[in-house]
Amino acid sequence: MWKFGLGIIIFFIFIVIFAPLLTKYDPNRTVAIPYQSPSTEHWLGTDRMGRDIFSQVIYGSRLSLWIGVSTGLLMTVIATVVGMISGYYGGITDRILSTITDIFLVIPGLPLMIVISSYMKVRGPLMVILVIAFTSWSSGARMIRSQMLSLKNREFVMASKVAGESDLYIIFVELLPNMLSLIFSIFFSSVLYAIIGEASLSFLGLSDVSKVTWGTMLYWAQSANALLNGMWYWVLAPGLCIALLGTAFALVSFSIDEITNPRLRAR
Amino acid sequence: MKYIANRLVFFVITLFFALTLNFILPRLMPGDPAERILSQFGPNVDERAVEAMRIALGVEKDKNLFSQYVDYLKNTFTGNFGVSYLYYPVQVKDVLATSIPWTIGLVGISTVLSFLLGTFLGIYGGWSRDKPAGSVLLISSLLLRSIPYFWLGMLFLYIFGYRLGWFPISNAYSTKETLTGLKLVLSVIYHAILPSITLIIASLGGWILTMRNNMISILAEDYITLAEAKGLDKKHIMIHYAARNAILPSITAFGISLGFVVSGALLTEVVYSYPGVGYQLYRAVISQDFPLIQAIFFFISLSVLIANLLMDFIYAFLDPRVRG
Repeated sequence: MWKFGLGIIIFFIFIVIFAPLLTKYDPNRTVAIPYQSPSTEHWLGTDRMGRDIFSQVIYGSRLSLWIGVSTGLLMTVIATVVGMISGYYGGITDRILSTITDIFLVIPGLPLMIVISSYMKVRGPLMVILVIAFTSWSSGARMIRSQMLSLKNREFVMASKVAGESDLYIIFVELLPNMLSLIFSIFFSSVLYAIIGEASLSFLGLSDVSKVTWGTMLYWAQSANALLNGMWYWVLAPGLCIALLGTAFALVSFSIDEITNPRLRAR
Repeated sequence: MKYIANRLVFFVITLFFALTLNFILPRLMPGDPAERILSQFGPNVDERAVEAMRIALGVEKDKNLFSQYVDYLKNTFTGNFGVSYLYYPVQVKDVLATSIPWTIGLVGISTVLSFLLGTFLGIYGGWSRDKPAGSVLLISSLLLRSIPYFWLGMLFLYIFGYRLGWFPISNAYSTKETLTGLKLVLSVIYHAILPSITLIIASLGGWILTMRNNMISILAEDYITLAEAKGLDKKHIMIHYAARNAILPSITAFGISLGFVVSGALLTEVVYSYPGVGYQLYRAVISQDFPLIQAIFFFISLSVLIANLLMDFIYAFLDPRVRG
């Protein structure tokens, strides 16, 4: 199952790299009459400014994947640092960090993202990455913390403490490698979350809609009443890409959980 | 008692966090919020209008930050959210009062149905995980969870609304004629079907996965092996031995998800122009109606927090161990 997921991810990475070879049109340039139906010349027709929609799907993969992966990475880093420190130190540090984690866990993510973005003046990709990561790291931190609690009393940790290693060394050099499978699982599910988060924010017009991503494509399709005008392919294509790429990341994340948790494995 | 006190403290802290965020965000933006908002309406802004806007936002110049904060808290707890710009001169609380019932009705019913269906499928999926049916269920629930649900809504709208014309394409009831009594009820149900199906399908994957994983953990327990060894009926083991114990975490998740009812349909409501809280938030964001944005965020947070608190109490009541 994870091979299938990884296959899809590699497929999209190829599209990202070889985008200029897959289509001859610039996704940002007017190349034909607006609102054309699909033809051999323009496989998915053209948008309201006469730009080639197929090119936008191809080139949109770049920013969508970039935002998804970097947001996922940032979420994972925050979750790992907060979760490990909270679990390792315990006591008052843990109480403070756990409370912060719990607060972010209960406050609904999408509304928080929407509210924060609605106040932002600059809404470039970096802003989107920061907003999603800031609002969505908490469930990962909770999982890392509980694994830390079960690991920190193992003998090898005790041995290092007796040997006089510093706390930071024990946390990041000795304990971190033992958590890699959980961290990777969190990373892959974070990317899935980030891709959908970007699409949702862009769909509402809360990102830089002049940049081409699958999310902003859906925004333009919606504001041009694409469905009412029968241009369903304009909505179908970017959404299908999001769903496919999202499923790929979900498959990999789920497989990691299944491999490391024998109870979930098929008998 | 200590447990309940802890949960109450957490409730208060989180509520203040949400409130403070609401208070700080407009003030973090560079410049004078009142002038910035009004400048969107044109270059020549009346000084009196700016002053009125400052009062509406609670950012009067002669007041310090702390007394602004106290005023803001006072206003929030008395339900005085100010006047909506978008629906000027309607009060924000009136906009909320008309939109909240639509959301609770639509999303509440969809959440219950999705939970029941998903849990049932999850029981089966966990039980038959080695069979092809189990794998199909697993992969389709992973797929369902990865689909942007507003996109699913758009496709349904196109197919069943525009193309086939089976369902209405916007609103919560027919506005073409004045309806009363049973006709109104039927119209409301008719308009809710498509958004509701979207919501059910979109959240189904999560329920299936939760229940499936619970089932699988329970199936590894010794008493299941014992029941099998005794030669009990398979269906009997699945329902009465495994599912009965596996359902507890799902019920907790269900209780908490009831709190997300207010915010759960944000984008679905946008796609179907359904006049609930999510659609109002969308309209408020587009027209920079900050009092309405603040009030909606406050209500969304409050509902989640209350659901959480209730779930904590129920848990303490059901499970003596957590009372500690």
